[in-house]
Amino acid sequence: MGKVYRFTCIVCPLSCTIEVEVENGKVKDVKGYTCPRGKEWAIEEVTNPKRVVMSVIPVEGGKLPTVSVKTEKPVPKDEIPELMKFLAGIKVKPPIRVGDVIAEFEGVRIVATRDA
Amino acid sequence: MYDVVVVGGGPAGMAAAIRAKELGLKVLLLDDNDYLGGVLPQCIHPGFGIHYFKEELTGPEFAYRLMNKLDGVEVKTSARVLEIINYSDLEKFVVFTSPQGVQKVPTKTIIYAAGARERHAFEIGIVGDRVAGIYTAGETQTLMDIYGIMPGKEIVIVGSGDVGLIMARRFSLEGAKVKAVIELMPYPGGLARNIMILKDFNIPLYLSHKVVEVRGKGRVEKIKVVKVDENLREIPGTEFWIEADTLVISAGLIPNVKLLTEIGVAIDPSTGGPIVNDRLETSVPGIFVAGNALLINDLVDYVAEQGELAAEGAREFIENGGIPSRRWIRLVKGENVRLLAPHYLSGERDVWIYARVRRPMEDVVVEFPEIGKKIKLPVIKPAEMLRIKLKTEEISKAEDKITMRVVKHG
Repeated sequence: MGKVYRFTCIVCPLSCTIEVEVENGKVKDVKGYTCPRGKEWAIEEVTNPKRVVMSVIPVEGGKLPTVSVKTEKPVPKDEIPELMKFLAGIKVKPPIRVGDVIAEFEGVRIVATRDA
Repeated sequence: MYDVVVVGGGPAGMAAAIRAKELGLKVLLLDDNDYLGGVLPQCIHPGFGIHYFKEELTGPEFAYRLMNKLDGVEVKTSARVLEIINYSDLEKFVVFTSPQGVQKVPTKTIIYAAGARERHAFEIGIVGDRVAGIYTAGETQTLMDIYGIMPGKEIVIVGSGDVGLIMARRFSLEGAKVKAVIELMPYPGGLARNIMILKDFNIPLYLSHKVVEVRGKGRVEKIKVVKVDENLREIPGTEFWIEADTLVISAGLIPNVKLLTEIGVAIDPSTGGPIVNDRLETSVPGIFVAGNALLINDLVDYVAEQGELAAEGAREFIENGGIPSRRWIRLVKGENVRLLAPHYLSGERDVWIYARVRRPMEDVVVEFPEIGKKIKLPVIKPAEMLRIKLKTEEISKAEDKITMRVVKHG
């Protein structure tokens, strides 16, 4: 009998409870998911957990003092502190439109989620 | 004269204005903030729009999707509504102040989508020093995610509702230490997916605990916590102090209905919002309500859906001089149902029922005994709103009322 990890799926607001059974470092069984995205997420949560990261970046002379940004893809959890330090060093100038690429970190694009 | 004046430019108000315009109505959208979107521009995390746009968006992105469809709608920001005057069923006035001065505009209908306010420290019985460093969760969100200001370094959060949990993540990501989340109830207040945040950042969650006192000189220094029993009474001898410079209150939202109560709109004490029929019309004919002003929603998708429904109601009201129905069937709360809306069903159209339970339960049946409808669910939680469709033909089976109850399966 392997180790069973129990998660609340965070892929969508349905919040399914998913159980992943791991034996000798290998995924043996996945239960409780309702969609393929949830199954994939749960397996990844055990083997290589990732998150979409969001923050705000100062805008010099913008409509609002900051622009909100997110990583275009989920990034590995253990890279998040370094990503946050990287984001803390950035400043931008207007105009910025929703979807504009503000920067890139380890191959992951950081996109604006507001106008500024 | 306007066909519809929409009060509030958040997701409910924008969705209402867009739908009303699509239906050919003359619309004015008013918001007291200087930007549209309500709370969405500060909700920078992902997780919005799965149902409504079939795509996962952040709050600001969701807001922009709606803003881009507002062409043809007259919009005024920095416009605070001071008064609603219900002159007659078919003629109402909205009085508002804006940089152009005070104006009074006539309209046939009003869609009230003014959202909610947060419960504050005094409402949950916290005593002690009146010091800097006490905020509501939404205030800290505005500070950080609109203005780029960190509210503190060592933070205690009262309440495990969604806004508090999401801010716990923001504080942690931005380098603050969240020392604890204190929850009065024996179960978490937020969506299960948001409880995961506490695991991500190793934040301790104290269930059945209460913050009772704040001490500090000038700024919060320490916070007193006590355990409570099953009747939420403090257990003597269980007190402990947590050192922190910031206390964040996330103790729930209250529908913002002051302008409506002033004209006599009937309020449901369990939702805190107006009593409505299946067009989301309040007890004052021609005044509709949508979003968190109706009841506290957990998904913006439902808020936008309510906005559209209210707009359809406004169109029907204008065309028929009212919302006609041969009879109204009452929707009644039964076992383990804490709140629900709408309250009156015509049986002439399909209806989405929004409801919340009192306590968590596993393996349940949601029953509507008068019409013989049963829905099995594996798990229900007070934090997660139930949204159930009742079909026209099902509703028409009822005599005068339909009870909704949630019971153990079997």
